[in-house]
Amino acid sequence: MTMHTLSVLVENKPGVLARVSGLFSRRGFNIDSLAVGETENPDVSRITIVVNADSSPLEQVTKQLNKLVNVLKIVELDPQVSVARELLLVKVRADRTARSQVLETVNLFRARVVDVAPDTLTIEATGTPDKLDALLRDLESFGIKEMVQSGLVAIGRGSRSITAGPALRAA
Amino acid sequence: MTRPTPETLAHTARRARAAADPTLDVDQATTRPATPAVPAVRPSAPTQVSGAGSLVRSLEALDVDVVFGIPGGAILPAYDPLYDSTVRHILVRHEQGAGHAATGYAQATGKVGVCIATSGPGATNLVTPIADAYMDSVAMVAITGQVARPSIGTDAFQEADIQGITLPITKHNFLVQTAEEIPRVLAEAFHLASSGRPGPVLVDIPKDVLQAPTTFTWPPTLDLPGYRPTLHPHGKQIREAARLMAGARRPVLYVGGGVLKAGATDGLRRLAEMTGIPVVTTLMALGAFPDSHQQHLGMPGMHGTVAAVYGLQKADLIVALGARFDDRVTGKLDSFAPDAAVVHADIDPAEIGKNRHVDVPIVGDAKHVIDELIVAVSAERSTGRTADLGDWWTQLNDLRDRYPLGYDEPSDGTLSPQYVIKRLGEIVGPDAIFVAGVGQHQMWASQFISYEKPHTWLNSGGLGTMGYAVPAAMGAKVGKPDTVVWAVDGDGCFQMTNQELATCALEGIPVKIAVINNGNLGMVRQWQTLFYNERYSNTELGTHKHRIPDFVKLAEALGCVGLRCENAADVDKTIAAAMEINDAPVVIDFVVGKDAMVWPMVAAGTSNDEIMFARGVRPVFDEDDI
Repeated sequence: MTMHTLSVLVENKPGVLARVSGLFSRRGFNIDSLAVGETENPDVSRITIVVNADSSPLEQVTKQLNKLVNVLKIVELDPQVSVARELLLVKVRADRTARSQVLETVNLFRARVVDVAPDTLTIEATGTPDKLDALLRDLESFGIKEMVQSGLVAIGRGSRSITAGPALRAA
Repeated sequence: MTRPTPETLAHTARRARAAADPTLDVDQATTRPATPAVPAVRPSAPTQVSGAGSLVRSLEALDVDVVFGIPGGAILPAYDPLYDSTVRHILVRHEQGAGHAATGYAQATGKVGVCIATSGPGATNLVTPIADAYMDSVAMVAITGQVARPSIGTDAFQEADIQGITLPITKHNFLVQTAEEIPRVLAEAFHLASSGRPGPVLVDIPKDVLQAPTTFTWPPTLDLPGYRPTLHPHGKQIREAARLMAGARRPVLYVGGGVLKAGATDGLRRLAEMTGIPVVTTLMALGAFPDSHQQHLGMPGMHGTVAAVYGLQKADLIVALGARFDDRVTGKLDSFAPDAAVVHADIDPAEIGKNRHVDVPIVGDAKHVIDELIVAVSAERSTGRTADLGDWWTQLNDLRDRYPLGYDEPSDGTLSPQYVIKRLGEIVGPDAIFVAGVGQHQMWASQFISYEKPHTWLNSGGLGTMGYAVPAAMGAKVGKPDTVVWAVDGDGCFQMTNQELATCALEGIPVKIAVINNGNLGMVRQWQTLFYNERYSNTELGTHKHRIPDFVKLAEALGCVGLRCENAADVDKTIAAAMEINDAPVVIDFVVGKDAMVWPMVAAGTSNDEIMFARGVRPVFDEDDI
């Protein structure tokens, strides 16, 4: 099984996220990550879903997604030609003795410190899932007190863009 | 017994009111043409009404002639304008009855079936018929009341999140937020329910939205940017399918319910006859191709004919038209039709390749697909490309001769259920509509009644809903008042929904019910016989042993005529007696033996190659055949 990143354009209406996520669980798929937000068109939301599946079941779930009346468009993003990012906030144990080492790691990964307490630092980092995993591995030795991660968001490279298409503009 | 009048007091009163008001035309409501999907039927200038008034006006504008429902707190505002409407409301006894009646109405007429319920338990009682309509792709619109908007989410009295509950079992559903959107949402609901692959759509309307003042204008503008069903197939795929059809040595047309829904039965017959290809029709498609037609091999699947099961299994080309390779048809999927190339045409792209690998996928409405296939196949034939199907037909005819549908008379002298059903079909004839419940009687009704015309066979195929028959027959009879409607029901099924016979008696809906009463949950008992060492755990219903309930007395208590038949000699005259009664519903209690079994059978989870012709009897296929 491989990871697939789906960009799903949906009507920005109440309950649409429940329809989409419910469909995945109903058809026996686990969502690895999910992020949703408005697009350049406030009537349209974009859901980025990362799912671990073989290509044939993925095709089935994509077709089922397409049947949802509120779903406007589905595009699978090729990792070779798209940019994908996650956001990580992590609270690391960093007393006076460890603090400089933690900051060294923060700089190495081009992350940022967003909050300081006497015995902890809170670090913000964005990047690919691989980069964030590497950062976390490095920070683990200091002691991770708390962490939170966003879902993956992704966008295709180049000048072409995914839009809801003429159907929505006409409406 | 005082037999109720066919017309209910309520409906008579409504007609009287309508007669007094020349703007209401009741008769027009029953004679108006179909296709309510296009909301531009009757333009209406803006009118000040309540949300409830807007709802009822929308139903009228959508050419709805009948709705099935039960009022209650949250939906109550809608029942006030309904009181004066041309829309006939049939007061059922249980919301499940309203839902199945809407389905029966839709299946018999091709129009959208409508049911109404209140919030909470009213709405949840609709869940089974909605799920049933979803599985069988029935155009149904369910309208439910919801608690007032400020109460939503507070666990208010009779609150249930019916939109959330029906998310997985509706084609789409709506929670109406403002009274202004009612006409648009209703028009969208009818359009969604009846177009593309049909299915149930639920419209949940909060009570305060029904009460709010609003302006009714018709027609509304649909706003469904994400809904674009593909009706016309791709020409290249059609030509490829025609090429395969012209070259195949052992082709089969595998016809599903989509052909009936698309109104493609005439085209199907032309396509079949011009190619000479054998036809199988699934449980959902019976009547799409005449049972008596020489090219009809029968129904495939778990209880299909040997010829139909074998035909698919040994085919080198399966042309699936509006069918979905359901597990009851394919048996064990890995070993289904191992040598067949598959052309799969369906209006729902998600069905294509869902279960079985497809060589030629075709997305489109079955009518367009078949019409275009006829043209493409003609083109192939004009270049001289036709296959000789002589050997194939020799094999299939041999199987038909050796393994026809049949049954053994019970050795204990009891009445044979198959005989009853066979005679019913023969006496009643092919113009009647037959509606079955779920179980042995359903399978026998599919096997031993000859379906010659479309929309004469209604049943719960996908969900397998016991209790479907009585309310669905009621809905079918309302939609087709001039057609004889027979429900073939089991004693188990009948006890789930027979309360709707009271509705039928009072509303003047003279359905006829043949209860195939074997005193048991027959199909479950059959599996216990075959797979559970004849340990009959909880399948004996006592309808034989204790005659509880007594179906004749029950029928009479419900305002119907009750008849009983216990031996073969009385079958014909009992059916004839029932046929004579047209001013009340009739129930016949056919007391039949409990040991009869449905054959042939492909046991669940096994390969179609393992089909059993009768208990312990495997068909013998020539080595050449296999």
